[in-house]
This record gives sequence, structure tokens and C-alpha cells, in this order.
Amino acid sequence: MLLQLHEPGESPAPHESERGLAVGIDLGTTNSVVAVARDGDTEVLRDADGKGLIPSVVYYAADGEITVGQDARRMLLEYPDRVVSSVKRLMGRGTEDLKTLAGTLPFKLDVAADGGMVRLSVAGRTLTPVEVSADILRAVKARAEAAQGKTVDRAVVTVPAYFDDAARTATKDAARLAGLEVLRLVNEPTAAALAYGLDNAAEGLYVVYDLGGGTFDVSILRMEKGVFQVKATGGDASLGGDDIDHAIAERFLAERTAEHGAETITEGEAKQALAAARVAKECLSSRREGDWVIEVDGKPSRHKMTRDQLEALAAPLAERTVGICRNVIEDAGIEVSEIKGVVLVGGSTRMPLIRRKVKDIFGLDPLADINPDEVVAVGAALQAEALTIGSDTLLLDVTPLSLGIETMGGIVEKVIPRNTPIPVAMAQEFTTYQDGQTAMAIHVLQGEREMVDQCRSLARFVLRGIPNMAAGAARIRVTFTVDADGLLTVAASEATTGVEQQVAVKPSYGLTDDEMANMLRDSLVHAKDDMEQRLFAETAVEARRSVLAVQAALKVDSDLLSDAERKDIDSAIGRVDQTIASNDRDAVTAAMEALEAATKTFAERRMDRGIRAALAGVSVDKLDDALGE
Amino acid sequence: MNASAVAAVSPCWSCKGPVATRALFCSVCGAVQGPGAIDHYSRLGMTPSFDIDQDQLQTQYFGFQRRLHPDRFAAKSAREKALSQSQATALNEAYETLKDPLKRAAYLLGLLGHPVDLTACGTINDRELLMEQMEKREALSEATTPEQVAKLAMENESEVIACQCHISAAFNSGNLDEASHLSIRLKYLVKLAEEARSKKSRITRLP
Ligand SMILES: Nc1ncnc2c1ncn2[C@@H]1O[C@H](COP(=O)(O)OP(=O)(O)O)[C@@H](O)[C@H]1O
Ligand SMILES: [Mg+2]
Ligand SMILES: [Zn+2]
Repeated sequence: MLLQLHEPGESPAPHESERGLAVGIDLGTTNSVVAVARDGDTEVLRDADGKGLIPSVVYYAADGEITVGQDARRMLLEYPDRVVSSVKRLMGRGTEDLKTLAGTLPFKLDVAADGGMVRLSVAGRTLTPVEVSADILRAVKARAEAAQGKTVDRAVVTVPAYFDDAARTATKDAARLAGLEVLRLVNEPTAAALAYGLDNAAEGLYVVYDLGGGTFDVSILRMEKGVFQVKATGGDASLGGDDIDHAIAERFLAERTAEHGAETITEGEAKQALAAARVAKECLSSRREGDWVIEVDGKPSRHKMTRDQLEALAAPLAERTVGICRNVIEDAGIEVSEIKGVVLVGGSTRMPLIRRKVKDIFGLDPLADINPDEVVAVGAALQAEALTIGSDTLLLDVTPLSLGIETMGGIVEKVIPRNTPIPVAMAQEFTTYQDGQTAMAIHVLQGEREMVDQCRSLARFVLRGIPNMAAGAARIRVTFTVDADGLLTVAASEATTGVEQQVAVKPSYGLTDDEMANMLRDSLVHAKDDMEQRLFAETAVEARRSVLAVQAALKVDSDLLSDAERKDIDSAIGRVDQTIASNDRDAVTAAMEALEAATKTFAERRMDRGIRAALAGVSVDKLDDALGE
Repeated sequence: MNASAVAAVSPCWSCKGPVATRALFCSVCGAVQGPGAIDHYSRLGMTPSFDIDQDQLQTQYFGFQRRLHPDRFAAKSAREKALSQSQATALNEAYETLKDPLKRAAYLLGLLGHPVDLTACGTINDRELLMEQMEKREALSEATTPEQVAKLAMENESEVIACQCHISAAFNSGNLDEASHLSIRLKYLVKLAEEARSKKSRITRLP
């Protein structure tokens, strides 16, 4: 028997050249970045002016035209109600989440919508955050296509490590809407670590501290010979530079009130004040003081601020990140002294205050030798190449938040604790609490607190068809599966009868499948073709695999076939090849079935031979050759 | 012998030919196989023992994940993606179990036909253990400064280490009753360590 020459799981994917380009996208709250990798060399795709950052801002013009990026940001002051920014803060959020966010968001929300996903009202339209994100992703895709002169149809998209399941699902939906297949959702700090680690041949324990416009993430990773193993992660999905902008804007407005008396300000003026606050904040990273102008009711006013004053305003935010870092160090079960380096990511880490805090916590000067704005996209691009072409590196990530189920008394029973390596599957058994109970409501939650109302509700479903039994007799097994994208699927079954039900966790704050289908129809003229093409591509991959498998078998066992039998198989293979070229999915499926039928006897004879060999006690070890390292 | 020889071979889902039941990949067509029902030690190529070299465990785990993780199958067929996810999931479960001394002890006891239920938060049968734990818990609740908590945590930590040594000795001398008994003790020590940790961060965070 021949030994294989390549590592089976690691052979490069065939037919890669047929596909469009795969890119890495950092879909940020404030800015988005797209990058591409070739043979481990990465390139951030830039506009004509050499700018890599695409502001995550969308302008919806009266004539229906959509503009994204710097040009959209310029429209902010003129048409505040037509411009959407920081929409990432709303991904996967429900209307009830907004109570906590109210007053801090530069959005007009559609209040008519009750329950379910948040909707924005922009330029007379009602939009979900998923659609706005899709508009940003379309612009990102267009930039990549323009820069590369090639179709871009697949991407690794990054998400904050601390994003919950609803927000991850929403991100994946947005990409789909934009005509991008998501190869993998990768956590932003993990992507940054990949880019940093490969560049610097880093080994040991590293911290990635990522403070952007709207989110804060911190991850501790062990890097070892190309493996990036996340030990623990933590963060806050609504903590970032935006919050400092608010604090500054409020201070400026308070100063006006002190001078001019109370004023009512319009949404546009509020956005303008925030924009001025942001400029002030960014200037004070390199200067010690300055003054800035805001305008209300046509009356401008000038406001002075020093870096010390800014730091006093930003101190509570900085302290919150310190607390989160301490918790993550504990969760990772390590000592601060073991940490070899701290990688800074995100625009807000340019603030001297943040740099000092990071140094205080970790006792190390932070590393920032890769542009903190671009490092996440660069890591995503490397991962996109690894997933499509192959690579020696490996990312091993964890679940950021515990997952559980509601039990009696509104208490959450944890099924998967936070920081568990993914993919993971864990099960827990529950029972009925009433005689003759035939259905059980299952409420899936995410979060660290004990009570249901302090955790985030992800989904509810009902397991029906439980046989009539006494209370406590039924054995209901609920299995949580988290895949490599960090997405959860829940299945419930009753052990004594095998009644089973499976749900991909989606509804609570996500789009329903119907909504998604409608949006695909509305937004993309070619959506149907697109979908059909994707299905065909999947079938073709499957068909090629089965042809290769039969050919491999023929190579070792063709002596088991008569010439006639061999001819039959060869022509069945030929037909599969032909149908793949024809682009007709049904024809491919039919040809695959014919191939299966034509090889049935061959397969039986091969099994017979294998079992006989095993009985003779000879070849089991040879068959075992692919076992382990 | 015959039955086990037959059981050692099963049809590859992809090329339909014989493949060793425990093989990760088919040696003929190269397709990834399902994880199969093997114990955590075999899955990671480790010798079943309570004493484990953590570096070796990690090296083995990384080695298997390098070949089986879903990221290696992103461009493959749906079936191969699903199988690699099951393989990676099984590896993670094995790694998480063997990495942690308490989980490892309980798992090994089960493997040796002497199961101990550590998840049941039942009462402590052992009077001595009960008294000891009550005293420690009281000391922890009376501690008011981070330093006091840290001192208790340090004492507890050295007991955790000692307890692990005793468990190891019990396994090595084949005294599974003793190993089981000590595992329950370890469970309470670990729980106390967790409580000390959260108390410490609670009082440190107060301004
Ligand atoms: N020089 C600077 N000083 C302080 N903050 C800055 C500076 N440059 C950018 N920022 C802030 O960084 C945030 C954007 O960071 P970025 O990493 O692009 O965010 P995101 O990942 O959320 O899109 C904004 O709040 C911006 O004001
Ligand atoms: Mg970012
Ligand atoms: Zn095979």
C-alpha cells in the first residue's frame, strides 16, 4: 500500500484560481479597512489619495444614491438626517437595549418598530443596522475590486471579540447582503495578534489591547510556532472613543448654557458638536491645549480645553478598561510578569492617557510598530489567505461570553462557560416539572450574570412532543454547539423517545430568514443568480471530491475490477466532469448519483479485501498510518 | 480477535474503501474521518495517567489541531467541513479535560471503572473535610483586606498542590478509593480558590 505524500488536510484547495479574490475586512465602528495577502505579504487597499481607512459612514441622498466613506462624512454637517455613522453599535441590538444607549447615539430611531431588531429612520427610509453595514461592505468590496482589478466575493470579516451571538449573526448577514461569502468571522484582537506575531516572530504570552471608536476588547494569547491560542478574552461592546467625544461635547454645551442660558439644539447641531469634540480629542493627543468652535442656532462659541482637562474627562473610561484587563488576566490564569508584550490596536490607543494606563497595568511599554488602524485588516487578510490557499499558522479562539439556559426562578444555568475553546459542543440535562408536561420552553441566554434579566436573550424555542410522563421523569438534553465563527446552534432532544429539535440561534434580535430573503431580493438584482451560483459551486466542490476519491481508490485497488467494470466507472467519472463544466447543478447531482451506483460493487470488494487483510492481522497498522502525529 | 479485527476497519465515507476505524484521514483518498468514540488520552496520543506533562499535552493538542481544525477545511466540501468541526470539538473537549487536574482525575477514575461524580453539589460526607472547609470559608468571609485574602489564597494554593501530589500517589499505587476521595477534596479546594479570587477582585476594585 502506498503512503500518501501530502498531508491530507493541508493540501492546497484545487481550482482556487477559478474563484474571485478573498480579502480581509475590518468592519469598524468608525473606520473600515480592507487588505489582501499573497504568499504572506500583505497590502492594505487604498484610495487614490493613499488612504486606507474608509470612514464607516453612509450618506443616503434624496435621489436614492448611496455614498460611503469620507464623502459621506462630509455630508454630515449639511444633511445630518441623511447620514448614518457608528452603526456597528446597533448590530444585533434590540429595541429594549436602547434604553441604556439612549442619548449617546447619533441616530434617529424608528420608534414604530416594537420588539425585535432596532430600525433607523434615515432620509425617509427605514433601515436595519444590517442593511447599513451591508452598504459599507459593498463600498469596501468595490474598493478592493477597483484596486485589484478582480472580482472579490469572499472575505474574512472581523468582529470585536466581545461581540455576542446576535451581533455576529448580524455581521454575517450584512456580508451576505453585500454579496460576500464570509470565510470566517475572526475576532479583532486575534487578527491583530496574527498580523503582529507573524511579523515579529513573537513567541510567548501577549496581550492585545484594542480601543476603537465604539468597542473595547482585550485578549491574552499564547503564540507558539505559528499557533495563536487565545487564553482569555474580555471587553465591552459599547465602550470607546465615541464616549469620550460625548463627554467633551457635553462639556462644551454646558459651557454655552452657562453663558447663553438654555438652548434647544437640533440633531444636526448635536452631530456637529460631536464632530468638534472628536477633533479636539484627537488634537490633544499631540498637543497640550487648544480651542474649538461649535455652533448652535447660528451662534458660534469658542471652547478651550487642555490635555489635563481631557484626561480628567476620559479617566473613568480608562479605568473601566483597566478593570476589564485585570479580570482577563485572572481568567487566563496567568501572572502579569509572564506577559512578554502588549500590542496596541485602535485609534483611541493614540491617547497618551491610554498608553500610560496600559503601561501601569502590564508594566511594559506597549508595542505599536504596526499601524494600529490597519493591523486588524492585515491579520484578516492573512487569515483569508490561510483559509483559501493554505498556511502553517493556526488560530485557536474562545467563546467570549458564557452561554446558558433559563431554569426555574429566572436563574441562568450555564452550559458553556466563557473562554472555552471553540469549536465546542456541550450538553446539559433538564427535566419537566409538571406531570404530563408535553412541551418545554427553552430560553437561550448569553452573559455572566446569574439572573435571566441581567443576561442577553438570544432565542426562545419550544421542544414539543415530550411523552406523557410524571414530573421529573423526562430527560431533556440540550446541546449547545459553537462553531469556529463563534456562532451558536442549540439542539434539544428527549432521551427516552428521541424527539429532537434543532435551532440555529437567530430570531431575538436578528433578521428572520424571510426578511433576509426579501432584502437579498430587493437589494441585489442578481441575488438569485448569486445564490444559485454559490449552490452550484458547493455542488461542484462535492463532485470533484468524489471523483478524486474514486480515482484514488482505482489507483490502489483497480485489480478488483474487470475491464468492463472499469470502463463503466471511467465513463461515469467522465460524465461528472462534463456536467461540472456545464454549470447545471441538477445534472451534476444526477451524474454523481450515477457514479455512486457504478462504484457500488467496487466499494464492496474493497471493503471485503480490507476486512480480510485485517483478519490476517497484517495491514491494520498500515491502515493506521494516518493516525496522529 | 476476529471481531476486533473487523471492528478495526470501517468504510471511508468518501471513497467507500476500508479505513482504520481510528484513522483521522483515509489513507487512500485522503478524506478526513469522523472523530470516533475513543478516550481523551488516545485522542491526544497521551498515555493514560494522572501525571501529565503539560508541555507535551499542549504540543500534541496543537499538532492535532493543525491538521483537523475547520480552518484547514474552509475550501473543502460541506461534509469535510462538518467532520473537521466534530474532530476539533472532540480535541478541545479532550484537551480541556486533561489540562485541568480536577477534571483529569475524575475522567481517569471513570476510565478505570471507578466513576466519581464531582458535578453533584451534594453534601460532604466526610466530617473532617466538612469541618476544614467550614473553617476556611469562615476565614475568607472574615478577611477584609486584599492582603488577608491573598494570604488565605496562598495557603489554599499550597494545599491544592499537595492534594494533587497525593492524588498522583493514589493513582500510582492503584488506590482508586483514595484517589476518588482526594478528588472530592480537590474540588472543594479549587472552589475556595475561585471564591478567594473573586473576593480579592471585589475588594481591590472598591475605591
Ligand atoms: N490621535 C488620536 N487621538 C485620540 N483618539 C484618536 C486619534 N486618532 C483616532 N482616534 C479615535 O479612534 C477612534 C477610531 O478608532 P478605530 O480603531 O478606527 O475605531 P473602530 O475600530 O471602532 O472603527 C475614534 O474614536 C477616533 O476619535
Ligand atoms: Mg477596530
Ligand atoms: Zn477514502
